[in-house]
Amino acid sequence: MDVIYFIVQQTMFFAIPLLLVAIGGMYAERSGVINIALEGIMVMGAFTGILFISEMGDSMSGQGLLILAILISGATGMVFSLLHAFASINMKADQTISGTALNLFAPAFVIFAARMINGVQQIPFIDSFRIDSVPVLGSIPVIGDMFFKNTYITTYIGLGLYVLAAFVIAKTSFGLRLRACGEHPGAADSVGVSVKKIRYAGVIISGFLGGVGGLVFVVPTSTNFNATVAGYGFLALAVMIFGQWRSGRILGAAFFFGVMKTMASAYTSVPVLKDLGLPNDVYKMIPYIATLIVLIFTSKSSQAPRAEGIPFDRTAR
Amino acid sequence: MNKKNKESFFASEGFMNGMSAIIAIIAGLLIGFVLLLVSDSANAAEGFSAILQGGFSSGMNGIGKTLYIATPIILTGLSVGFAFKTGLFNIGASGQFTAGAFVAIYIGVKWNGLGGMHWVVGLLAATLVGAIFGVIPGLLKAYFNVNEVITCIMMNYIGMYGTNLLIRNTVYDEIRNRTQAVQKTADVPSAGIGEFFGNSSANFGIVIAIIAVILVYVILNKTTFGYELKACGKNKEASKYAGINSKVDIVLSMAIAGALSGLGGALLYLSGSGKFIQVVDVIANEGFTGISVALLGMSNPIGILFAGLFIAHITVGGGNMQLCGFPPEVVDIITASIIYCGALSLLIKLFINKLKNAKKKGEK
Repeated sequence: MDVIYFIVQQTMFFAIPLLLVAIGGMYAERSGVINIALEGIMVMGAFTGILFISEMGDSMSGQGLLILAILISGATGMVFSLLHAFASINMKADQTISGTALNLFAPAFVIFAARMINGVQQIPFIDSFRIDSVPVLGSIPVIGDMFFKNTYITTYIGLGLYVLAAFVIAKTSFGLRLRACGEHPGAADSVGVSVKKIRYAGVIISGFLGGVGGLVFVVPTSTNFNATVAGYGFLALAVMIFGQWRSGRILGAAFFFGVMKTMASAYTSVPVLKDLGLPNDVYKMIPYIATLIVLIFTSKSSQAPRAEGIPFDRTAR
Repeated sequence: MNKKNKESFFASEGFMNGMSAIIAIIAGLLIGFVLLLVSDSANAAEGFSAILQGGFSSGMNGIGKTLYIATPIILTGLSVGFAFKTGLFNIGASGQFTAGAFVAIYIGVKWNGLGGMHWVVGLLAATLVGAIFGVIPGLLKAYFNVNEVITCIMMNYIGMYGTNLLIRNTVYDEIRNRTQAVQKTADVPSAGIGEFFGNSSANFGIVIAIIAVILVYVILNKTTFGYELKACGKNKEASKYAGINSKVDIVLSMAIAGALSGLGGALLYLSGSGKFIQVVDVIANEGFTGISVALLGMSNPIGILFAGLFIAHITVGGGNMQLCGFPPEVVDIITASIIYCGALSLLIKLFINKLKNAKKKGEK
């Protein structure tokens, strides 16, 4: 049983950031803007959040500090994503180009800024955020061990944000307008929806979730930030496509990948996997190969938003 | 008559693109300079001039360095640019690059008795393996409708971990955690180029890169196949209607893109400059630099050649700039800013038009 508890706990650390960032990407793309800048947004968000934790670590600690840091990361992501929104919505730029530029900019800027502030590239922080056991809930048998022990508040915040985001896009009039702008912006425009505003909203939401996702990825898995989120932004992009731009399937895809990734990094503590005696690198490759195989069977009909990547031009009919 | 010609030249698409590229480069450099000023105004001017001088700061040797750095990124740039022409985003150049690099090193270490052909075999094998790596996303895209971006991302990781696994089992230098040194015969010969450029690491590889540029240019612009590829990239449905088999074209385009990246990997690691693959869980950066190069070069082979040289030039400059106490990442910030400003070409075109109109009014 302990093994299962351990796997579930670890899976959360991998799956939650993927889930958040992928759902953010979904907001941008379903409004009609391709956002491959997720990696860069994560890096920027993680940077300001961790910098805040590192600087304030002497005077504050615990969950309050972490929640403040999450807000700062989210705000950073929003501001940074404005650059992408401006280029792709106002300037009708090629969205891949703008996104690539931001992905290149973020780690370079973060290393530059960290070296100018601290003299070194790494930003160390003290992890005072781990929760051994959530009061009351942690003592529930089985479920308590799986979901409420050895955890971080980020897990619940992440799941909460996911539920909120999934609800908003499916059930509110804003969500409907957003989806319309991604499928047929001309139709949305004809009934008085401002495609420009909605797309800005989509990109900014992806910026917020991307920024938060960056911090949520770094905090449980490290004790210093080294200007990288290990390609998680690109993986989140993959999860979003894997999840066919739909929130329910994205949840499945994120956890599929999270479980695979956990198996790969913690196989030594799972007897069945350890007994296979495969080289370490093979375990690490498995999540990616498995994803490819699943994709082959599930991609026959792609449900990408029809208008994604195409700048909206009112005068074109 | 003359005046009319002049007018149409200044209004032409090519002139506008050229102008907006130049403005983007200037804007990107300015952003870099402002950043230097803000962080350390005393050394900013010196640091910035180091970037601008780049490879030209240390005579022929510096130019040689630029050529050496440019060689692999011209090839990954061509790889990404070629796929762009077919409407595919080859974000997997890194994986193809790494796979090619490994095979080249493996042959360089293990195979004997090839004599003068040793390095040629290494390059050819790397090109082939790169092509195989590129074909996988192509096949999945063409026949299973899998988005090539996601396959390419997965293939980057598979390439990285797979290469690490194979290195550990074949050509591993355990003490230094990297690949073993290749035999002398496996290194691409200098052919006098390294000596000419002040005993730098430049070698015949840059000539191979230029040949690749010419080949890609010919394929894209002078062959039916290239025309089909571009037609596919512009409008898939229309090209299908015209009888073009877009599936085969997608597969071939990715194969060629992969081959170019694989060759780039071989050229970097068979350069005799003491480069080894470090066995770490990090995806090779050259593939991502290739995306920058392709975007700067606007996916045009000739443009990519110059974009590769330009990025190599300021990369050398970034190295020199460390003497003034600035991290070399400033160069990446500048590159990113240039690419971003390049994406704002609409803004720049509006700006140029405004200037023109203002001038016209003045004349009246």
